[in-house]
Amino acid sequence: MSSENKQILTTDGTPLEVSLKKAEKKNKIKAFLLVAPLLLFIIITYVFPIGDMLMRSVDDKMVTEMLPKTYKSMEKWDGKELPPEEVFEAFYIDFQKLIEEEREGKLSTQLNYTKNGFKSIIKKLRRKSKSFEEGNYKEQIMAVHRRWADVEYWRAIKRRAPAYTYQKYLKGMDMYENEKGEIVNVSEDRRVHRILWLRTLEIAFFVTVFCFLMAYPIAHLLATLPMKYSNLLMICVLLPFWTSLLVRTASWMILLQQQGIVNDFFVTIGLVTDDNRVEMMYNKTGSYVAMTQILLPFMVLPLYSVMKTISPSLMRAGKSLGGTPFVAFWKVYFPLTIPGIGAGCLLVFILAIGYYITPALVGGASGTLISNQIAFHMKSTLDWSFASAMGLMLLSGVLVIYWLYNKLVGIDNIKLG
Amino acid sequence: MSVNKEFVKFDKVDKSYDGKILVVKDLQLDIAEGEFVTMLGPSGSGKTTCLMMLAGFETPTNGEIYLDGNAISSIPPHKRGIGMVFQNYALFPHMTVYENLAFPLRVRKIPKDEADKKIDKALSMVSLQGFAQRMPGQLSGGQQQRVAVARSLVFDPQLVLMDEPLGALDKNLRESMQYEIKHIHESIGVTVVYVTHDQSEALTMSNRIAVFNDGKVQQLSSPDELYEKPVNSFVAEFIGENNTFAGEISDISEGKCKVKLANADILANPISVKEKGERTTVSIRPERALINPTDKMDNIHKGKIEEVIYHGDHTRVRINLLGNSEFILKVPNSSSNLDIKLGNEIKIGWNSDDARALDPK
Repeated sequence: MSSENKQILTTDGTPLEVSLKKAEKKNKIKAFLLVAPLLLFIIITYVFPIGDMLMRSVDDKMVTEMLPKTYKSMEKWDGKELPPEEVFEAFYIDFQKLIEEEREGKLSTQLNYTKNGFKSIIKKLRRKSKSFEEGNYKEQIMAVHRRWADVEYWRAIKRRAPAYTYQKYLKGMDMYENEKGEIVNVSEDRRVHRILWLRTLEIAFFVTVFCFLMAYPIAHLLATLPMKYSNLLMICVLLPFWTSLLVRTASWMILLQQQGIVNDFFVTIGLVTDDNRVEMMYNKTGSYVAMTQILLPFMVLPLYSVMKTISPSLMRAGKSLGGTPFVAFWKVYFPLTIPGIGAGCLLVFILAIGYYITPALVGGASGTLISNQIAFHMKSTLDWSFASAMGLMLLSGVLVIYWLYNKLVGIDNIKLG
Repeated sequence: MSVNKEFVKFDKVDKSYDGKILVVKDLQLDIAEGEFVTMLGPSGSGKTTCLMMLAGFETPTNGEIYLDGNAISSIPPHKRGIGMVFQNYALFPHMTVYENLAFPLRVRKIPKDEADKKIDKALSMVSLQGFAQRMPGQLSGGQQQRVAVARSLVFDPQLVLMDEPLGALDKNLRESMQYEIKHIHESIGVTVVYVTHDQSEALTMSNRIAVFNDGKVQQLSSPDELYEKPVNSFVAEFIGENNTFAGEISDISEGKCKVKLANADILANPISVKEKGERTTVSIRPERALINPTDKMDNIHKGKIEEVIYHGDHTRVRINLLGNSEFILKVPNSSSNLDIKLGNEIKIGWNSDDARALDPK
């Protein structure tokens, strides 16, 4: 037997391979225990809420659970004509149960989302159903209001039968499923979301462009200045990070408002007249200015970290080989900063696309973004499932951008710091 | 055809970065066409600054630099047409070897087929055919160095500057690259200005060496002259090994002087001393002093062996001689050196011609 094949044993006789694995396993468990709190934290604060959001955005169980018997009896109904007596009976039984539990109001709200006009007829049905006699529920219910005799309303109820729905996503795109099951646009005067999506993309895009244009020279300066100056400049760049976002936004309000410092200055130097002050706030300009300033460090830092690694001798080499300063910059320096540009732009764009506080405070009506709409539905209409759907649409939009970036530049070609 | 003796000319060049300290002082330096001149000196001696001024990345504070008779101080670097090899190669990491070499040709708008020929030629010169499509990151340090050399030559510059190009390579590679660069220089006849702080590199490669110290050229001469005949004690100390005695001139005549040490007198060759009573440092190369001098030498003294270090082909012997306990001898290893033993008293001798009386340190 050659020595290579011979099993190596430890002093107590167990094979070395086994005891090594044992020792490594212990280390692996220890290492895992160290990261376990973080893992748990991420699951609780990130994976779980996003999963919940996803469920909420497609969840349509409420009506399904409120009218279990109705939907069971509706299975055989083809929806062409008014449903048979047994459906009406099942609906009556479900409805009585809801009245007992005082949940019929919720049903009316939910059904009203699907088709307008349910609220009043359910209220009426509630009043009248107290005096219903046993049997022949179809006649009695139809007698309550003529809409109960309209097949459209029964179809609307049937449409709510599935436990899951993508209606909220359609709504986020200003579309809906009509009575015939076709997906159509809402009437033009009611399209709000598409404008908001486009505006969000537009503002995020231009904020990214402005940030890039401003950050590139700053980052270059930071990377090339002697240490004592670059440290000072770095502090200036980072200073906004150390100030509360609200404070920064509020100071922009002081600067930009019509009686604000910038306007006062314009009036003083005679750029505008006193009664003709520029509106720089509560519109897109406000969002642009404040967001660019706030997101600037996110562009400067990745650019700086990449530029720091580019040897100054490369530019010199470019020049000594005969390239003009511009050629040396464009052919040598610029391509080497692309990983930083990619990282900075991706970061700023993704942050800008979901920006909330600043546009809410300085954006006004024309400067608000989709996230403000999400917040509106979270807080005011309490339509959480719609808010979740839009949140997820935003998230998938970001993922699409990420994917596009990966296709165009390559995600390994990115440097965050 | 006459060779232009003043192909590169530094004329009374001063350079100061902060307006307080001159890093280059009143530099006067002529470099002939086709010459390989090395600027050698310790760090901070001003040699790299001189190179940067020649390349155009720094401007002289005073004076003028001429290239082939034209003043170039006001010409930007990209119009000087000087090839340059940088310390860390400065290859463009996002371009292939081919693109790196094509860069100087493209900016000169040289047609592609002609450029391809030039690139092939340059790559074969550094024996890197077949590497054209590699990225610099995939090459070893030595290969990157060759690419950098090829790139600096591909556009046929008249002058190539090299700024410590071999500093990052290991010893063996550095030595073989020294010969390679030397051979390239000989075969294409380009003028090379080379900066290094490594004296053996300078001695191996150069036609002439300019030794820099304190912003000044201390000596500009061929390698052998620099080693054999240093003109001052800095050069003697900086180039090669050196034994020194500090003393005072007690007698001086044509070609010879007597130097009074603390406890003896020695004879020396007066180089930078003229008068009796001057302080001086006498410099003797270790290989010029012999153990048991047989022929008639005019300096013979006794010393005690303090240390013996075996070096393979030779043995280094440290001797306490005339009050200098750091006197080094290099003894070739042969069977005859039997009495080199620690503590032995031996006779040491040298010719007064080889003992150069220089300026005091």
